[in-house]
Amino acid sequence: MTAWLLRHVQTAIGSLGRLAQHKLATTLTILVIGIALALPACLHLLVTNAQIATGNWNRAVDLTVFLKRPTSAEEARRTAERIRQRRDVAEAQLILADEALKEFRRGSGFGDAIDALNENPLPHTIVVRPTEAYTNAANLQSLAADVRALPSVEAVQLDTAWVNRLNAILEAFQRGLLLAAAVLGLGVMVIVGNTIRLDIQNRRDEIEVTKLVGGSDAFVRRPFLYNGFWYGLGGAATAWVITLVAIAVLREPIGKLAGLYGSSFQLGALGAEASAILLASGVALGWLGSYLAATRHLRKIEPT
Amino acid sequence: MIRFDHVFKRYPNGREALSDLSLEIAAGEIVFVTGHSGAGKSSLLKLITLIERPSRGQLIVNGQNVAGIGRGKVPAYRRQIGMVFQDHKLLSDRTIFDNVALPLIIAGVGTKEIGKRVRAALDQVGLLGREQSAPLELSTGEQQRVGIARAVVSKPPILIADEPTGNLDPELSLEVMKIFRRFNEVGVTVLVASHDIYLLEHFPVRRVRLEAGRVVETSDAGAGEKLLDPRKLIAADQGAKS
Repeated sequence: MTAWLLRHVQTAIGSLGRLAQHKLATTLTILVIGIALALPACLHLLVTNAQIATGNWNRAVDLTVFLKRPTSAEEARRTAERIRQRRDVAEAQLILADEALKEFRRGSGFGDAIDALNENPLPHTIVVRPTEAYTNAANLQSLAADVRALPSVEAVQLDTAWVNRLNAILEAFQRGLLLAAAVLGLGVMVIVGNTIRLDIQNRRDEIEVTKLVGGSDAFVRRPFLYNGFWYGLGGAATAWVITLVAIAVLREPIGKLAGLYGSSFQLGALGAEASAILLASGVALGWLGSYLAATRHLRKIEPT
Repeated sequence: MIRFDHVFKRYPNGREALSDLSLEIAAGEIVFVTGHSGAGKSSLLKLITLIERPSRGQLIVNGQNVAGIGRGKVPAYRRQIGMVFQDHKLLSDRTIFDNVALPLIIAGVGTKEIGKRVRAALDQVGLLGREQSAPLELSTGEQQRVGIARAVVSKPPILIADEPTGNLDPELSLEVMKIFRRFNEVGVTVLVASHDIYLLEHFPVRRVRLEAGRVVETSDAGAGEKLLDPRKLIAADQGAKS
């Protein structure tokens, strides 16, 4: 068992040493694989960051509840309290008509015009923020309907259309991400397979001799599988570094953009899980590509 | 050890390399196979090493009928045959040590044991101390001796050499042949294909002469010709019945 393990370690290191001897070719191959893997990785970053960013904008799915006029401040507080106690409501903030008017006077610059009015034209308003688990369209609709049925409520404003649109866009992106990952993964396998094929051609003599002295197909194939393993690992690591560079370059402008929208959103890098998946799929694709190519091409090489 | 029974070998291009060849080589024997190029020497060796398969007839090596050895079992079969080639077939990007160690690595021998046996094999061919050299740093004769060390390092019962002295001058050829003789003396069955007249004259061992794919002459070491070898007649008889 230990001898077997030792031989695998030796083969792995031997394969690494051989790749290191052909620095340029190896670097180019790994770079191509890295770029191919970086594309889906960057798309993944785009989608996850967009989800986080829109998560910050949960405020946008708030319901604005306008109360009937006239409603007493006391009644408005009771209504707000009733709404707040619902399971699907995280927060219900009451803005009394007087406060709203003060705010409006300060912010709008229509102070004089408002002074000309005899009474406050604004209703009491309750801003309802749903619990995060209930922010899908169906739940929001039923929440709005329930609130609308309350006696002192005049109107409920709910704009789910753009939430739906955004979710649809993200879903489309996610599908695109899967598709891109599948196509580029196939590309990685083809790249590795082709590299291994050339490698096998270059080492034809060695393969023949090894078979002559009794090397089995599996024995002859092993170093090529390790080559595929290293290509995949190196490519995945390169892709990971590319995502880091992309994040570093984009972090500042994106932060500034978010700031303009009043958000403190910051671009996030690949998480531990996503990084592990990237590395694992790189290794798996490299190994699989070399396995298919080596199995296919080594069979054809027989000593003559 | 090796028995050909009415073996034919026809290549896809229609050339018949071996035609009704019957031959028996006993365990522990050393035999020269001679003949002009094209007489079938190479084909004979290729059949034994399973590089080619007989078109007809039966070939039994070390008690195994080669017809029953499937593709997956060829490697294990070849591990019982040491092979020496005219062009050495050394791997030029590896050290002498790694070249000789190859059959042991394939057989799954432990690292310590590999070191011991590689040095022993190199010692037997007079190249101890050259383990870390590259094959191309060695002379042709030395390279051939490395090839022999690789062929015997796993102690196979059969040693096969195809024109092992083809590129060597007479003196080196004799030296190589002496090495083969030493292995034969410890019980290895040795089969050497050669048309090196000089070599043949200096080694009184059994000779099998091929011509157009048949055995036309077989002579025992030193003794007179024994074309009607009773063993072979029995074998031929059995072959005809089966």
